[in-house]
Order: sequence, then C-alpha cells, then structure tokens
Amino acid sequence: MELIGNTSSFWDFISQPWHWAVSGAAIALTLALLTWMGRSFGVSTTFKGICTIAGAGKRIPFFNMDMKDEYWRIAFALGGILGGFITAQFLQSPEPVAISESTIEYLGTIGIAYPESDALERGFVPTEIFNFTSIKGIILALAGGFLVGFGARYGDGCTSGHAISGLAHLQLPSLITVIGFFIGGLLMTHLLFPLLMGG
Amino acid sequence: MKNTSFFIVGIFFGIVMTKSEAISWFRIHEMFRFESFHMYGIIGTAVILGAAAMWAMKKFKMKTLRGTFVTYNPMKLSIKRHLLAGSIFGLGWALVGCCPGPMYVLLGNGYAIMILVILGAILGTYTYGLVMNKLPH
Repeated sequence: MELIGNTSSFWDFISQPWHWAVSGAAIALTLALLTWMGRSFGVSTTFKGICTIAGAGKRIPFFNMDMKDEYWRIAFALGGILGGFITAQFLQSPEPVAISESTIEYLGTIGIAYPESDALERGFVPTEIFNFTSIKGIILALAGGFLVGFGARYGDGCTSGHAISGLAHLQLPSLITVIGFFIGGLLMTHLLFPLLMGG
Repeated sequence: MKNTSFFIVGIFFGIVMTKSEAISWFRIHEMFRFESFHMYGIIGTAVILGAAAMWAMKKFKMKTLRGTFVTYNPMKLSIKRHLLAGSIFGLGWALVGCCPGPMYVLLGNGYAIMILVILGAILGTYTYGLVMNKLPH
C-alpha cells in the first residue's frame, strides 16, 4: 500500500508543470547526451532531410545530402512526437499553462480568450486562430511554418542548433542569429500580429 | 537499430518540452512581450549548463560513442546573413509560437494543425534551396 501511495504521489509530482530550472537542466542533458553520442543537436535539418528523401536532390544540389548520417535525426524527431503523446496521455498538468495575468489581459484586448482559444484548454496552441476550418487559419499555419523553415535553413540552424547548441559552444554567429530571432519575434508580436488579428 | 537510442532520447526531449511549457504558443508570446521570466529561465539555464558540459567534454578530451573528440564546426561569420536569417525565423516563430522541435512535440500532444505548420516548414526549406544563390551569405 505504501509503495502504491508513493508511486501515485510520484506521478502527481512529475505531472506538475516543471520549474524553469529543471526544464533548462533537462534540455542541457539532451544536448550533452546527443554530443556524447557523437551528434550535434539540431531539429530543423529534419526538414532538409525530408526534402532529400522526397528527391529534391535531383534538381537542387543543396539537397544532395548523405542520408546515412541523417536518419538518427528523424528518429529523434519521431521520438519527440511520441514523447508529446506520452505526456498528454499520462503526465498532463492539471491546469492550463499559467501565463502571466498581463499577457492574458493583453490577449483579451486583441480578441484571444485564455485558455478558451485553445480547443484542448491546455494553453498550448490557440486553435481558434490556427485550424483547418478557416482559410485564414490554414494560411497563417502554413506561412508561419514557411518562415521558420526558410529562416532556419538560411541561417543554418534553429533554436536547438543556435540558441542552445551554438551558444553552449560560445559561437558568435549563433549569438547574432539569436539576436535576429528576437528582431523578427518582437516585430511579429508587437506590430504584425495585432494587425493580423484586427484584419 | 542504432537509431533506436536516438528515438529514446527524442521521447525524453518530447516529455521535457511539454512539461517545460516551451511548446506553448502563449509562453512564446509572453516571452516576446517580456511579461514572464519563464522562457528566459529555461533558455538561460540550458545554455549555462550546456556550456559547462561542452567545456568539460572538450577540456577532459572525452571520446564520443563514435570514438571522436567533441568539436564544433564554426560557421563563417556573416552578420548580414545571420541577422536576416534569424529575423525571418523569428517572424515565423512568434507567429506560430513554435520552433521546429516543438512542432513535432505538439503534433504528438494532439495538435493536428502542426501537420500544416511542418508542411509549411518543409516548403520554406525547399524554397531556400531554390533561391539560395540569390541571397547574401
């Protein structure tokens, strides 16, 4: 009985949202594990790998990539999907993400109710904006993904490659890329996104 | 079969990204509005501990499982390219509220719309390949 009691409180314990320091340490552990396994942390290259698998290398030499050294990355991304699934099934937080009151209030002024704008009410994605049922939702989802994919390849890396791995290796190009992430991110959040919601 | 080990590290990553709430569009929006320390705490801790780990692995000449030493191929420094590329990425990151890792993790969390976001990212990647020779590098 004692054991069962402890097990259930253990699940309750890890089902809480994790403290930022625990999360940061766990991401550093992911970086260290992949480095120890002889690979470099970087997720956006999976998109390039998918282009290569689809045959893009026949027309564009950029996609002529040796996939032998790339399948690990796709395995990692597939693991990420399963990890998300497992968390949703067994480790889901009891409450929606506890974002700050001022963000909730601001989102209200541009017509985004929190957490109701997420159909799953977990506070992960405003499905009221990004969905398959409206033309606007489809275009915004595709366009946002397009910018991420294009920018990641142009800069040769995304958040994992530059903000985590590159900065951990003290790379100046990565720092400049991260400054770029913030220029684009601030522009979208403060200027463009309110316009997109108003239109 | 070697890929199984990467699949398992991926599962761990998926759990971490979900529990950390780094996959939340709302957390990213809040971060760009400077209304919470949460995301800065995550990224800051990951970078500081990651830097310490990378430093130690290089310092003590640890061998990886492939028998190599830990190195990093430095990129050619091009301020124009990195600022431009980073800004384009940032526009997309703040719009859809997720970067590539979280796109996959959110899909597993049951957000089917991520199929479209990932499709957009693949199209963006392909388009970069098409026009790369015309861009400043």
